Amino acid sequence: MTVGQYVICLNGVVRREALRWFNQRGRFISALVRPLVWLVIFAAGFHFVLGVSIIPPYETYIPYEVYIAPGLVAMIQLFNGMQSSLSMVYDREMGSMKTLLISPFPRWYLLLAKLLAGVAVSVVQSYIFLAIAWFWEIEPPLSGYLAVLPALILSGLMLGALGLVLSSFIRQLENFAGVMNFVIFPMFFTSSALYPLWRVQEASLPLYWLCQINPFTHATELIRFALYDKFNATSAAVLVAYTIVFMIVAVIGYDPARGLMARRAGAE
Amino acid sequence: MLADIASASQRPAPVVSAETPLRVEGLSHAFGPRKVLQNIEFSVERGDFTVLLGLNGAGKSTLFALITRLYHNRTGRILIFGEDIRRNPSAALKRMGVVFQQPTLDLDLSVEQNLFYHASLHGLSRRVAEPRIAAELARVGLASRRRDKVRQLSGGQRRRVELARALVHAPELLLLDEPTVGLDIESRYFLLEHVRHLCREQGLGVLWATHLIDEAAEDAKVIILHKGRILAQGAVPEVTRAAGATHLKGAFEQLIRTAGEGEQLP
Repeated sequence: MTVGQYVICLNGVVRREALRWFNQRGRFISALVRPLVWLVIFAAGFHFVLGVSIIPPYETYIPYEVYIAPGLVAMIQLFNGMQSSLSMVYDREMGSMKTLLISPFPRWYLLLAKLLAGVAVSVVQSYIFLAIAWFWEIEPPLSGYLAVLPALILSGLMLGALGLVLSSFIRQLENFAGVMNFVIFPMFFTSSALYPLWRVQEASLPLYWLCQINPFTHATELIRFALYDKFNATSAAVLVAYTIVFMIVAVIGYDPARGLMARRAGAE
Repeated sequence: MLADIASASQRPAPVVSAETPLRVEGLSHAFGPRKVLQNIEFSVERGDFTVLLGLNGAGKSTLFALITRLYHNRTGRILIFGEDIRRNPSAALKRMGVVFQQPTLDLDLSVEQNLFYHASLHGLSRRVAEPRIAAELARVGLASRRRDKVRQLSGGQRRRVELARALVHAPELLLLDEPTVGLDIESRYFLLEHVRHLCREQGLGVLWATHLIDEAAEDAKVIILHKGRILAQGAVPEVTRAAGATHLKGAFEQLIRTAGEGEQLP
């Protein structure tokens, strides 16, 4: 296989993901409505309850809406990662995963292509959200919109790789609701998405440490800093590490020799 | 017959030509304690229409999953044009077209989009793939439906699209796992004749798994798989004669009965 063919393969996988995304209008709209509900209703309600002091990367007092916007962008990516994981499980149950796995490209590359396709979709969704959020006075500097792109790609990769890991462990679609409850909500609430961590630290130290090791916290923080033209090196390093670990576990999970695919076959 | 196969496995492994589309040697597979395949040996040569005949649960799908590398074989060897699927999966998969038992098309995409997706998974650019897709669809009589969503097609048409898809990258070995399940008589006949034609005209090696005995015509080769073992294999007339039957159905029933007695179940 030549380099050109690798590009063709990636292109094909991304194109398919995009076509599926356009065909599923409901999925597209709900992915957009969810964070907007948080922004427009939840944040408005807490606007006068929670004051946010001046913490980096902000240089002035900010309204609560501005504080939670980066967390909501990360939430879009979290849902997207889980959604593509769900579609992997669906593909496996429906058989179309087999089409992917009998491709002559190495399996790690196919998984990576699948991952990048999901990231592409989630980056586009994030920008659509940021565009709408602008009307709610979420107005980061213009350069922030550009600076946030690598942050979105990195956090999308991490959350997508996590989704791949989960999809290799989930046997059936029915189990997925459980994963939503045990992955999405805990990750979202034990993070800096809704409240600054210094507040959490005051409330409970164990919870604070839980938030600190939560990769979702670092996805949120990387996006938050990037939106205001700042680079959060710690969060970036943590995300890179998590992405690598998740990717390795996913490749093992889909390996025909060691992976769960082989064990699962007993049920057929 | 069983004794023949046992002694065959003790012979030194034959030199495998890079021209042999598929060669399986000493292949066994188990899921935990359950043995699904035991010491499977056979070849599919160019132009061979080989019917893998077995009841449900005989191990046909597992054999397909191993040949297509969905699972790894832990014992034995699977060679595609002389390339070991474990050592060089890329070279082996490149020359193989597969129609799985389960439908694997994306229902919400058009026929063409499905085929372009498959072509990209084989590294074919849209420019290269376009005429091939048009040709394969025309051959299965679906050229006019290429922009329709797969969801709008009937079961028989979907199968034909899957066959066209398996051929887009011009494979020389074609594997079909129970391709006619759930199809009406006409679609079944069309599919069978189409593949037999490809076999004759293009010299494709074909492995066609089924539980329908009438899909093995007199000029086909047959492999009878039962409870993970090969009971007999060869040209249909040979296998029929060796079992002392007048037709393949009789031979199949005879072999399965004998195998059942041999096991001496409590």
